[in-house]
Amino acid sequence: MTMNITRRHLLAGSAGLAVVAGLPAAAQTVTSINMLVPAAPGGGWDQTARTMQQVLAASGIAPTMQITNQGGAGGTIGLANFLNNQRGRADAMMTTGLVMMGAILTNKTPVNLSMTTPIARLTGEYQVLVTPARSRFNTLADFVAALRANPGAVPVAGGSAGGTDHITLGLLAKVAGADPTKINYVAHAGGGEAQAALLGNHVAGGISGWGEFSAQVAAGRLRALAIFAPQRLPGIDAPTAKEQGIDLEVPNWRGVVAAPGITDAQRQALLNTIDAMVKTPQWQEVLTKNNWGNLYLAGADFARYIEEENRRMTEVLKSIGLVN
Amino acid sequence: METLSQLATGFLVALTPINLLWAAIGVTLGTAIGVLPGIGPALTVALLLPLTFQLEPVAAFIMFAGIYYGAMYGGSTTSILLNTPGESATIITAVEGNLMARKGRGAAALATAAIGSFVAGTLATIALSFVAPSVVELALLFGPAEYFALMVLAFITVSALLGASAVRGLAALFLGLGLGLIGIDLQTGQARFTTLPGITADGTFGLVSYPQLLDGIGVIIVVVGLFAVGETLFVASRYRWGEQTINPLKGSIWMTREEWRRSWKPWLRGTAIGFPIGAMPAGGSEVPTFLSYFAERRLTKHPEEFGKGAIEGVAGPEAANNAAAAGVLVPLLALGLPTSATAAIMLAAFQSYGLQPGPLLFETRPDLVWGLIASLYIGNVMLLILNLPMAGVWVRLLLIPQPYLYAGILVFATLGVYSLNQSLFDLGILWVIGIVGYGMRRFDFPVAPTVVGLILGPLAEQQFRRAMSISQGDATVFLTQPIAASLLAIAAAVLLVPPALRLIKRLGR
Repeated sequence: MTMNITRRHLLAGSAGLAVVAGLPAAAQTVTSINMLVPAAPGGGWDQTARTMQQVLAASGIAPTMQITNQGGAGGTIGLANFLNNQRGRADAMMTTGLVMMGAILTNKTPVNLSMTTPIARLTGEYQVLVTPARSRFNTLADFVAALRANPGAVPVAGGSAGGTDHITLGLLAKVAGADPTKINYVAHAGGGEAQAALLGNHVAGGISGWGEFSAQVAAGRLRALAIFAPQRLPGIDAPTAKEQGIDLEVPNWRGVVAAPGITDAQRQALLNTIDAMVKTPQWQEVLTKNNWGNLYLAGADFARYIEEENRRMTEVLKSIGLVN
Repeated sequence: METLSQLATGFLVALTPINLLWAAIGVTLGTAIGVLPGIGPALTVALLLPLTFQLEPVAAFIMFAGIYYGAMYGGSTTSILLNTPGESATIITAVEGNLMARKGRGAAALATAAIGSFVAGTLATIALSFVAPSVVELALLFGPAEYFALMVLAFITVSALLGASAVRGLAALFLGLGLGLIGIDLQTGQARFTTLPGITADGTFGLVSYPQLLDGIGVIIVVVGLFAVGETLFVASRYRWGEQTINPLKGSIWMTREEWRRSWKPWLRGTAIGFPIGAMPAGGSEVPTFLSYFAERRLTKHPEEFGKGAIEGVAGPEAANNAAAAGVLVPLLALGLPTSATAAIMLAAFQSYGLQPGPLLFETRPDLVWGLIASLYIGNVMLLILNLPMAGVWVRLLLIPQPYLYAGILVFATLGVYSLNQSLFDLGILWVIGIVGYGMRRFDFPVAPTVVGLILGPLAEQQFRRAMSISQGDATVFLTQPIAASLLAIAAAVLLVPPALRLIKRLGR
């Protein structure tokens, strides 16, 4: 434990040095990063951080990245600690995403993502609606018609209540003209349980990221009715909702933010570092390997995106009755 | 026949010296983390994952499988000897196993656990090799209504754990059920019991909401708190300088002929209960240990020994949890469904190698799947070789003077729990629960029902509400689905028939 702390302090010091080392502003990057993963090892945010660690080290952009995991409550515990303890630290970053945004709203957390310094949205996966292979629903139109007629009779499986999958169903009901307050959402802990409910034909449909269902769709055990993406994606055998007349896009995005209270130059250095990382061939390689969509969006554009997305989430969570 | 030739190919892969080495590293590491309270196989595999990217996928998975099986073996050691289970799947082992150790039969308890784990692990691996696809289809028939009925059946087993006083046992059960309610409700996203009296931000006494409670109280924290911390405090409170009570080592350190005779049937029954429930996507590894303990208690020819250290109560549940561990691999390999934390991380590992488990994996990478399955057979043999001679060494732990031994347990329990989330709040909960555990021991409340309530309560509640949500509020769904109705009928029979028979006997007299 002691060794860890010492090393962290050393790393923090060296990052400070790198920032003031007087390189030309445009090319200035940081050489070491302290990354907080607000979830237990093994999940999506953890994989994102550990992948970044490998790419940044292998490409020589930032040879050292220290990762700390602090899970709990959809990432909001990590967020609160990040805001309190890392203020003004130029080398501190945290992984985040849509899941945290939903958790902030449903848990009524006093802290939120706008209090951080947004750096970049990196990857994402589009949400998809599937049915069991034996289902009576063959197209999105069939499904939406049943949803309009009686939302309660269409039980849909997904992750925890108020999470991305639940939000997607609420948005779908809203866009399709069904009553979002009456949807029958059956929450499951972890992707395996929701998939089992679908494979056993116990629910009418399921919503999650494409990666969760892709193997079952390929094996013909599940049918992908619609992917909520702007256009058809290479390697993904699913029609978009858009081409079936439902104008809805839901990317489950992941990104990184920096600590509050850092200077513009420090922020720019982090932006440069991440920009250099996403341009490496190694990063493109891991995107393909992990089936992650490239949703790179940096700086002020990302900050604006967070605000817009926050507005959309608040609205839909209100309409499904999880936020008042 | 085709399966046999593929399995033979698998052995060719697994028996290369380098893969044997990885299997040996895996089982040794697994045994070690099984012994340490709080540190489980899921966390270990997750932390090792980045290091293994340099390895061949086959080698990495052989090592992961070793860790997974090894942790199941190792967990029983501290349960039996020190009454401090390291995993929730071994709490039942602590009940009879620790009593055996106190009678001086600790080595025999360790041996029956190790051999039972070997028998169950091997039989379950054979089942995994030959019947995985059909088992998976059966397991998928279980929907929320069926799971709820299974949980009801599992609840009945608490009656076997209540101890001398039903009131005390039920109080312990309800404490667990109450703890299980804390946190965000999965179905509605609303927080329950997360606002408690405390010191508010302005320094006055009032209600405070704790965001740390939103995820609920982890089973492992409660297990380590009630058992390891509670036991330590209890031992410390009874300790007198100069009066060492060392558990006697009686008789042979090996199992006697009688102990063998009483162990083999529980091993087989435990396997038969553990494998199918482990293969169910929401079955879990704890439920089969509860059911196995209950079955052994009902079927034993030595009912007087239960509650005093009956070997059947160790042999059955230990076999059940190892068979369940193999069962979990059925949906993972056959469908790509992760149904435990370790399986979820192994799935992530498959994906980071660009592999997608599922029916297609058997076709695209037979060397990997069959190499992995073959390594499970080899891992089991290695674990037996590692654990059986170690039984004699492990029992010597009890010869360590108690102050050092229990100080060591406290250090490891604290480190283990802290490593879960790096949260001081968790340590606070651990200690509060530890003090409760001490009080329960002091006043003769059994602690096992609390853990049973904490595990089964939330499972039963969620499955019940899922079933009701899908049926749109129609409660007859539990009686109209054949599997659910049969399980509920069995539960009713187990609960009502013995007292009814006694009543008839008394009336007839």
